Amino acid sequence: MTWFRPSWSNRRGTLPRLLFLLIAVLALFTVAEAQKKSSCIECHRRLDDPRLSTPAKLFANDIHGSRGLSCNDCHGGDPNDDSKEGAKDPRKGYLGKPKKLDIPAYCGKCHSDANLMKRFNPSLRVDQEREYYTSVHGKLLKAGEERVATCISCHSVHGIRAVNDPLSTVYPLNVAQTCAGCHANADLMRSFGIPTDQFEKYKSSVHAQALNQKQDLSAPTCNDCHGNHGATPPGIASVANVCGQCHARQAELFQTSPHKAAFDQKQLAECVTCHSNHAIAKPSDQLIGTEQGALCTECHHTGDKGFIAAGVMRSRINDLIASIDKSTSILNRAERAGMEVSKPKFELKNATDALTHARVMIHSSSPGEVEKIIGPGLEVSSKGYQAGLDALAERRFRRAGLAVSLVFILFLALLVYFKIRQIESRQSATE
Amino acid sequence: MQSIKDWADDRLAISSLAKLVKKKEVPIHRHAIWYYFGGMTLFLFTVQVVTGILLLLYYRPSSENAFESVQFIMTEVKFGWLIRSIHSWSANLMIATLFVHMFSVFFLRAYYPPREITWVSGVVLLFIVICFGFSGYLLPWNKLAFFATKVGTEIAGVVPVVGHPILRFLRGGDDVTGATLTRFYGFHVAVLPATATVFIGLHVMLVQLHGMSVPPSLSGQPVKKMKFVPNFLLRDLIGWILAIGVLAALAALFPWELGEKADAFAPAPEGIKPEWYFLFMFQTLKLLPAKIWKFDGEVLGILAFNAVALLLFVVPFVDRSSENHRRWMVFNLLGVVALLYIVVMTIVGYVT
Amino acid sequence: MFSDKDSGSEIAGSHPTRRSFLDYLLGTSAVATFAAIVYPIFRFMQPPQIVESGENSVVAAKLSEIPANAGKIFKFGNKPGILVHTAGGEFKAFSAVCTHLECIVQYRPETKQIWCACHNGQYNLSGQNIGGPPPRPLEEFKVNTRGDDVVVTRS
Repeated sequence: MTWFRPSWSNRRGTLPRLLFLLIAVLALFTVAEAQKKSSCIECHRRLDDPRLSTPAKLFANDIHGSRGLSCNDCHGGDPNDDSKEGAKDPRKGYLGKPKKLDIPAYCGKCHSDANLMKRFNPSLRVDQEREYYTSVHGKLLKAGEERVATCISCHSVHGIRAVNDPLSTVYPLNVAQTCAGCHANADLMRSFGIPTDQFEKYKSSVHAQALNQKQDLSAPTCNDCHGNHGATPPGIASVANVCGQCHARQAELFQTSPHKAAFDQKQLAECVTCHSNHAIAKPSDQLIGTEQGALCTECHHTGDKGFIAAGVMRSRINDLIASIDKSTSILNRAERAGMEVSKPKFELKNATDALTHARVMIHSSSPGEVEKIIGPGLEVSSKGYQAGLDALAERRFRRAGLAVSLVFILFLALLVYFKIRQIESRQSATE
Repeated sequence: MQSIKDWADDRLAISSLAKLVKKKEVPIHRHAIWYYFGGMTLFLFTVQVVTGILLLLYYRPSSENAFESVQFIMTEVKFGWLIRSIHSWSANLMIATLFVHMFSVFFLRAYYPPREITWVSGVVLLFIVICFGFSGYLLPWNKLAFFATKVGTEIAGVVPVVGHPILRFLRGGDDVTGATLTRFYGFHVAVLPATATVFIGLHVMLVQLHGMSVPPSLSGQPVKKMKFVPNFLLRDLIGWILAIGVLAALAALFPWELGEKADAFAPAPEGIKPEWYFLFMFQTLKLLPAKIWKFDGEVLGILAFNAVALLLFVVPFVDRSSENHRRWMVFNLLGVVALLYIVVMTIVGYVT
Repeated sequence: MFSDKDSGSEIAGSHPTRRSFLDYLLGTSAVATFAAIVYPIFRFMQPPQIVESGENSVVAAKLSEIPANAGKIFKFGNKPGILVHTAGGEFKAFSAVCTHLECIVQYRPETKQIWCACHNGQYNLSGQNIGGPPPRPLEEFKVNTRGDDVVVTRS
């Protein structure tokens, strides 16, 4: 029988080589096992009661697990002891399941310790526990109310994923659903006197659309306006600051407008009064002005300064819209007639930009400021209109040119015809 | 004047050439009208050369610049709109007159001996002109052109064995990209014009050599003759002057559109169709069933068209005289069927 | 009746014959038509005012037009670009289309950053998105000066 021997094998070197390989493999296994030796998980995984086995099974996906931590790092006890009494010995630091009121401190054991967190993720904040107690949830918990959210209500427990993991309960796309777990529960919220329509309203908003349909992770969800650990609805005098995180221009304008003082005095919520808080829809021009459906008339009455300003701003915006429409339609007409107008159409976009800008500027409540934008916008738009007129005029010119040249061409053809007749009559005369 | 003529004649033998030209005669009979179409095709080809050279001065054959350069010609260059629209319209008119010329030559049996090579060179010119049309169509690099080229080269690639190499050769790669554009440009402005010049030269020279043919139905009868210079030529001239008028009218009233810049990643526009002169083949392929017996329907269709194209070449070697009455009728029938098929399929292609 | 020798030479002197009038008309018509064909061709060949279709390179501004620590929006092909004359005297150019929702960005001299007014997006002078919603940096272009012209080229 022939036994294939690889060329590198020789009688003297083979055995030591194989032995080394075996030892290396075993060492790797032990190292791996050494990191993960957890009698808690080994035992709990095999239990029948799902209440006891689920945590062990979930832990495979937990971010703490992937950092080399295990049950004992939170619950105490001895993970090397395979007996139940030994592993769960209070003398070995076993803490058991924390009480609801103790949960923030439980997590804060590590997460509030800067020196400890530095070893795992130096950029993570360590003030979540302190922030939590400034929140409505935290304040109620401190007062003994157990039916509030704690760390594990939002982050889940045992299968905690990083915030940037799409499967995390606190991944931006999932946050609203997580909050709605309690806040859309009418029975739970009734005793606190909190409405439960926020999630439904939010889902209809332009922010939810940006988040869910366009996958724009920068779009706000519950925690962007309410805070996450320090979750509290912003005060009505500070809503503009919150919205202003992104809508900086509008907030800036509002703060310097006469509305700021008036809203504060009347205890009206900034931004929210006109745009609502959860069901924020894409604003339409109808919101401003003095017509039916405008919000300005809720406070302003015929003849007062605000009423006039609202009317002026709306009518100027309407003027710009009408001008842009007129220019667009004449350019489209020229294009359909076969003229090349892609450049003027491109330039017209500047007028549309001005319109967007004007719609932002109304937050200053100043018709003068709005006019500074509408004016140039109208100029661009009328340039576009002129380009459309020029294109149609050029078309007429070409047709006129064609008519004239056709006359000459036909005339020439006719002359050639007569020449032929003349030549042929001469030819037949000489025959 | 006379001394200039003598000077030129001593060096360029112009007077002997002039004598030959003066001798050329055109038979006049009830089918003589068809004689104009060859010259009209040549005239329109000249228009293409002139307008094409002018467009060359501004056109840029790269995928980043092509569309913008055509837009530039249409908007910034003085009379650019006119030159470009004339070029596009004249291309279509030329292909139309070419078909009329080919079918009239066919039905009037102008390919009978000794004119077989004239016919063969004409068929070569047919294919050259179709290649001109296909390559030129891509050059504005708009969405329609991009997809027409994609589909067209795809069809070429379906032919068994040689299809894929042909596809790669045409596209300059596996997909339609800027490389395809540069290659098509090379074909359109250098390779095809050079080849066309050779074959047009051959074709026209042969026509002069053999003179104008007389249809077999009139052979044996005495036929009136007209001098080519100046009589027939002046008539030709009227046609060409009117053609200029038609082109100017088309350019001014129906300017050729720019379209939208090609985007390799956008899906094909709905209901995309090739230009009218390809439509009958495209429609045929659409109507063929997916499988014919064991074979792929599309492949069979393409091979059938290739077979017909090859058969075109052998026409004058199979049908050589009007004496065989049956052959005469068969060929007439073939011609009528072909013509009707093309017309009907083109109409169907537009209507559906 | 007429022979070749009689054509025109003896009669021309007395009154213009139909033949030479026709020739005259034909001649002038032909020349006019020829001119009408050659004129557009000639004009076509003269370079227009705007010399290039300009997709890859454009004169964004004149050197003297933008002071230090200022910006300007210019047209680059079919899209807007932003030219920034930094406080340090350098010229930088980027695509002016915000990578968030495609608003047109602007230069803010107070913060020496490029800013998008729509949702408070911020970019630094390397075009990198450093604040707010924008997910990607702005595309940067090459800038060169040619005499008094600031020329921006796609890189």
